[in-house]
Amino acid sequence: MIETEQLTKKYGDLVAIQNLSFKVEEGRIWGLLGPNAAGKTTTMRILTGYLPATSGRASVAGFDVFEQAEAVKQSIGYLPETVPLYPEMTVESYLGFVAEIKKVPAARKKAAVDRAVQIAGLQSVRKRLIRNISRGYKQRTGIAQALIHNPRVVILDEPTIGLDPAQIKEIRDLIKSLKGEHTVMLSTHILAEVKEVCDGVVIINEGKLMASGSLEELARSFSQNDGVYLKLDRADGEVLNLFRQLPGLKEAALDGSEIRLEWPWGQDLRTQVLKLCLDRKLEIKEMRSLAMNIEELYLRIVSGGMEQ
Amino acid sequence: MSAVWSISKKELVSYFTSPIAYIVIAIFILLSGFFFYSLVWWFNTQAMQMAQNPYYFQQVNINQMVFAPLFHNLSIILLLMLPVVSMRLFSEEKKMGTEELLFTSPVSVIQIILGKYLAALVVLLAMLVLSAIPTIFTFIHGNPEPVPYLLGYLGLFLLGAAFLALGLFWSALTENQIVSAVLTFGTLLLFWVLSWAAYSARGLWQDVLNYLSFFEHFDGMTKGILDTSDLVYYLSFAFFGLFLTHSVIQFRRWR
Repeated sequence: MIETEQLTKKYGDLVAIQNLSFKVEEGRIWGLLGPNAAGKTTTMRILTGYLPATSGRASVAGFDVFEQAEAVKQSIGYLPETVPLYPEMTVESYLGFVAEIKKVPAARKKAAVDRAVQIAGLQSVRKRLIRNISRGYKQRTGIAQALIHNPRVVILDEPTIGLDPAQIKEIRDLIKSLKGEHTVMLSTHILAEVKEVCDGVVIINEGKLMASGSLEELARSFSQNDGVYLKLDRADGEVLNLFRQLPGLKEAALDGSEIRLEWPWGQDLRTQVLKLCLDRKLEIKEMRSLAMNIEELYLRIVSGGMEQ
Repeated sequence: MSAVWSISKKELVSYFTSPIAYIVIAIFILLSGFFFYSLVWWFNTQAMQMAQNPYYFQQVNINQMVFAPLFHNLSIILLLMLPVVSMRLFSEEKKMGTEELLFTSPVSVIQIILGKYLAALVVLLAMLVLSAIPTIFTFIHGNPEPVPYLLGYLGLFLLGAAFLALGLFWSALTENQIVSAVLTFGTLLLFWVLSWAAYSARGLWQDVLNYLSFFEHFDGMTKGILDTSDLVYYLSFAFFGLFLTHSVIQFRRWR
């Protein structure tokens, strides 16, 4: 649904993004992840047709971003980093205006506004001036604006920035509800957001692609084995030997006060491990997945400079 | 076309929900009313004196004595006030980040420019129509010639349209409204001054400078003469302003 090939953008001598190639499948929610000034906003601006690329190709919904710009713009809903609002308009008249410039037919304009208000939960403020509504509602109005013409692709640049935790949760739920019907790409540098909302990520740093794929794929590519860390009431050689007898287990080792158990991807020995602990009356204090969490993954990819 | 009208409507909402349009229109009406009143008062005293001499009495002409100077005064007031009307058109979009919404919607840059320009022309039209109301009474109590009167207002509109096109160009270059207004004002003054320079110039230079000056082309219209070259001048000036605006916007995105 979104595809780029060797996409490069230079501002004079400054290279904003370099040879970026990635792919987002239809109906998925994809995160564009990277530190500040990594080129996230530039990438999104090229995809939405706001900026032309210096070289390379990009296509959205099957249309070429450069050659079929109008068709691309018609199939994208875009929330830029600064929410594009006219403070002197009411929420309703603003959404009406956006519907008009997004070429929603006049007969369906009212329905489109009602639908966007409904989805974004703006019923209580729809008649109010945008200048008088809260930050959270402004952000929602921005999202409503991006959805007004029911676009196939939705691009959101840092949709939860500057919101309080309750608002962040609401916006995330809203984004999750778009899954399936829309293809969503959102940029962020909040890792928890990716874990909660996204199916996959594109990680960029200093304009270069560091990794891309679903979260699971990425986790697999960075460690050979799946497994768990186990914290028991006791951790000694005797216990380790017990675990080593489990069929399929590749490794059992002591890691500080924790026991690390590894097995190949595709198997899952968690049930067996639990059963063993119960049989032997070993008290489990904690058990967590060995698979790298997104924070570790991100730090390794971005700081380690591991290119794929 | 409907996209142009959508943009215009939005601009007009902005004009008339902020104080700018009201203040500009009110001050314009006030000043034009003052000039009109003092010109009529001066015309009355002149006419009384001239009435004593049958030869001079034939020279009394309300078009020449009231409307021609009124139109000249109004043209200068337009020069002072229209930069305030045009200054926000693109500058504000850029500052608020709403530019990104406009340029990522399936509306062409030309449609956006035309929409904004149309809205500014509506404000100009409102200024002229409302300020013309008191002058209608001269038709009730006297008999001015309608053609020079109407051509004078047409001239003012064309002049204002050219000013606004130039202002639109400057507002596309900066996100600061004050800078946009000052640059517009400065450029307009420069064109005004050109006609003074034309007095001291000779030969071809004089023709060129005269041709470029805004007000040379305005003179004929206040006298009731419609010269196509004057029309062409204003329309091409406005077109050139819009063309430059388009180039600036495209250039800023493509560099």
